[in-house]
Amino acid sequence: MDLPVTIIGGYLGAGKTSLVNHLLRHNEGQRLAVLVNEFGDLPIDADLIEAEEDGLISISGGCVCCAFGSDLIGALEDVLAMDPRPDHLLIEASGVALPASIATTTGLMAGMRSDAMLVLADADQIRRNAANPYLADTIERQLGQADMVLLTKLDLVTEDERADVTAWLKERAPRTRLLPVTRGEVPITAVLGSIPLPARGHRPGGGAHGLFESLVMEPGHPLDAAALAEALAKEPGVTRAKGFVPTSEGMMLIHVVGNRCQTEPASEVRAPAVVCIGLKGEFDADRVREAFDRCALARQA
Amino acid sequence: MTTTIYSAAKIITMNPSRPEATHVAVRDGRILGVGTLEELAGWGDHELDDRFADKVLMPGLIEGHAHTMEGALWNFTYVGWFDRMDPDGKTWDGLKSIDDVVARLSEVEAAMDDPDAPLLGWGLDPIYMDNVRMTRADLDRVSSTRPVGIQHASGHILNVNTKALELAGMLKTGHNHPGIPLGADGLPTGELKSPEIMLPVGKYVGMDRAFLASDEQGLINYGRLCVRAGVTTSSDLGAQLTDEITAMFKRVTGAPDYPACIAAFRIAMGLSPKDLVEQVTALKEQSTDRLELGRIKVVSDGSIQGFSARLRWPGYYNGAPNGMWYIAPEQLREIYTLALKAGIQVHTHTNGDEATQLCIDTLEAALRDAPDRDHRFTLQHCQLASQEQFRKMARLGMGVNLFANHHYYWGDEHYRLTVGPERAERMNACRSALDEGVIMAIHSDAPVTPLGPLFTAWAAVTRLTASGRVQGEAQKITVAEALYAITMGAAVTMKMDHLIGSIEAGKRADFAVLEEDPTAVDPMALKDVPVWGTVQGGRVFAASGI
Repeated sequence: MDLPVTIIGGYLGAGKTSLVNHLLRHNEGQRLAVLVNEFGDLPIDADLIEAEEDGLISISGGCVCCAFGSDLIGALEDVLAMDPRPDHLLIEASGVALPASIATTTGLMAGMRSDAMLVLADADQIRRNAANPYLADTIERQLGQADMVLLTKLDLVTEDERADVTAWLKERAPRTRLLPVTRGEVPITAVLGSIPLPARGHRPGGGAHGLFESLVMEPGHPLDAAALAEALAKEPGVTRAKGFVPTSEGMMLIHVVGNRCQTEPASEVRAPAVVCIGLKGEFDADRVREAFDRCALARQA
Repeated sequence: MTTTIYSAAKIITMNPSRPEATHVAVRDGRILGVGTLEELAGWGDHELDDRFADKVLMPGLIEGHAHTMEGALWNFTYVGWFDRMDPDGKTWDGLKSIDDVVARLSEVEAAMDDPDAPLLGWGLDPIYMDNVRMTRADLDRVSSTRPVGIQHASGHILNVNTKALELAGMLKTGHNHPGIPLGADGLPTGELKSPEIMLPVGKYVGMDRAFLASDEQGLINYGRLCVRAGVTTSSDLGAQLTDEITAMFKRVTGAPDYPACIAAFRIAMGLSPKDLVEQVTALKEQSTDRLELGRIKVVSDGSIQGFSARLRWPGYYNGAPNGMWYIAPEQLREIYTLALKAGIQVHTHTNGDEATQLCIDTLEAALRDAPDRDHRFTLQHCQLASQEQFRKMARLGMGVNLFANHHYYWGDEHYRLTVGPERAERMNACRSALDEGVIMAIHSDAPVTPLGPLFTAWAAVTRLTASGRVQGEAQKITVAEALYAITMGAAVTMKMDHLIGSIEAGKRADFAVLEEDPTAVDPMALKDVPVWGTVQGGRVFAASGI
């Protein structure tokens, strides 16, 4: 299976570094590799760092972080050569980068798969930045490219402001899932997805706590994987779905991020299981179950 | 303590107090004096050296914006439209058709030993071939078994053959990106547009890390190209300058016969502004006679021909969306402020006029926090700056290094496609910059265009484009102004004017040795003035023996 890559974009101060640190701290058994644009005022919380050598920071739980500067390709090759290979690569883009450009590159790297583009929007600042004539089009393009927008720093705004900024974002990215986040705290499963990792004693679906709700489906009969992925992508309450689906042509792995979905043949033997995650209040477990039912292939006589 | 007095047919000094002379005295690599033999004899014992008696001496020419990787590119095959001289002095004929390009690559291919090694060409520019589109079928004629690629002169397109696409895992249907054109069969044609697409494939055709990094032999070769162009000091505008690279630069330029001084700017990438300024402050201390360290290069936007430059309204003539920022305004502000406080000079790449405006606004704000009467922060390329932007730059004490060569090579494209006639006529507006009192240099951006300040001066004087049109009559400058720009102008923008840029007592003995007088030839022939070689730090380098 190709290494999934998630691009974390958004303007300066949107909380990209906080999110990265939160995901590293709560990695729930996933080995994350993180590429940051630059090593500034230490992008990684000091207590997470185990060692630092040759520009590579080793982080507890088998995670790593390095800066790519002007050599993204070289850094990507280094990640692909890591042993053991990471489960997921996060790329923290610079504040003015267009995530789709980076996703194009990672999508063309043999052995990698562009999984998702997350764009962070600072609830307190995003509209001010978008009103800056130098930045307006960049901010709008970043939001427009997002598979999911994470609305951050909600603790800094009033309820009214929150409603205003939410409406403002929905106007700019009407079909994009919007996740509210405070202090970078969002479960890893909600942004990177969750798949069973039995080798590391991890239980599927764990960790989607607080604001999120999850459902693990374990289909016992063949489904149309592509149709299922599309159905889940269209389901507005689902932010993330990921897992192994039995089909008439063997096991497939599906990935759903916001409106976007991908399928690929599973390269290892796994039990069928799909973890679906969404915001409490928006996630509708019955509708998700119905989607699975609709995509069941007719039983052969 | 030997004193050598060189006689010359003419010495053009760039010192207004004594603009011309016949003799120059050199001691310990520095200029002891300029004048008549009688005047200089007053310094005491000397040797009279007549080897330049029929030559014209100018201050060593200064390239204010180039990249030493020009030297490394010659490890790969040149397939450009224009004739171009390599470090050995061999002129490679410009290639006028795809068949010519295929033939040259095939010739190189036939001589290669390793059947799997990639073959990389560079410098292709189909705009001069009626915009013909090269395909993988063309390059498959060179080889179907080894990966073959050609990087275009613009730097924004890479063509590869079928084998390279196969190796990169791209020989399949289903690509959906404007930068990956597809053939009738649904497969990529082999043309890959924009850096984000070129780079992942590039490594299969030889554009790997080694290609992108500065390499020792490349730096040596760059020095040889300098001698052939009459250049005694060149910037390397944007190097990583890790400990390893800095050590290599020191080693190579420190060789007793290295013929040029390299001013290596630390590129602002991969470091926070604070770490960047600290590192460059430390680097400054490591400068030597032939390696100037302690300056920062920032890139603020992309390129105009790649439609990635940031333009003010009304934007691109063909309606393309605005380009990209390469740095966030707040980060630029932080770098400027910290650098001003540390006394570190910053040169910033801007191509579009919106990027230029951002730099002007940002520097004006940073100067309120960190006043500096003589910062000479310089905008590099700055191709679309308007008269009012130059006025503001002059008042803020900024410098500019305009891309006169670009006007020649891509001026027709800018007129027709990117910015349209009105703005194309005032691109790289040397006249406006000088009239507004901006300190000004002009440059080649080698390897984007060939290193050769006399050509660059010619381009600024004539404002001819490749198709032979004069584009922007009003922005022409005189030969004298252009020669000043490639000597003193560049020295001033790099804050090296106390060391180089003119032939006068106390400065480094850096001369361009020319076969003809550039102020006497027809301005149209300025680019053709033959360069005999250089004198750098008092050491004589003949192009024929380099």
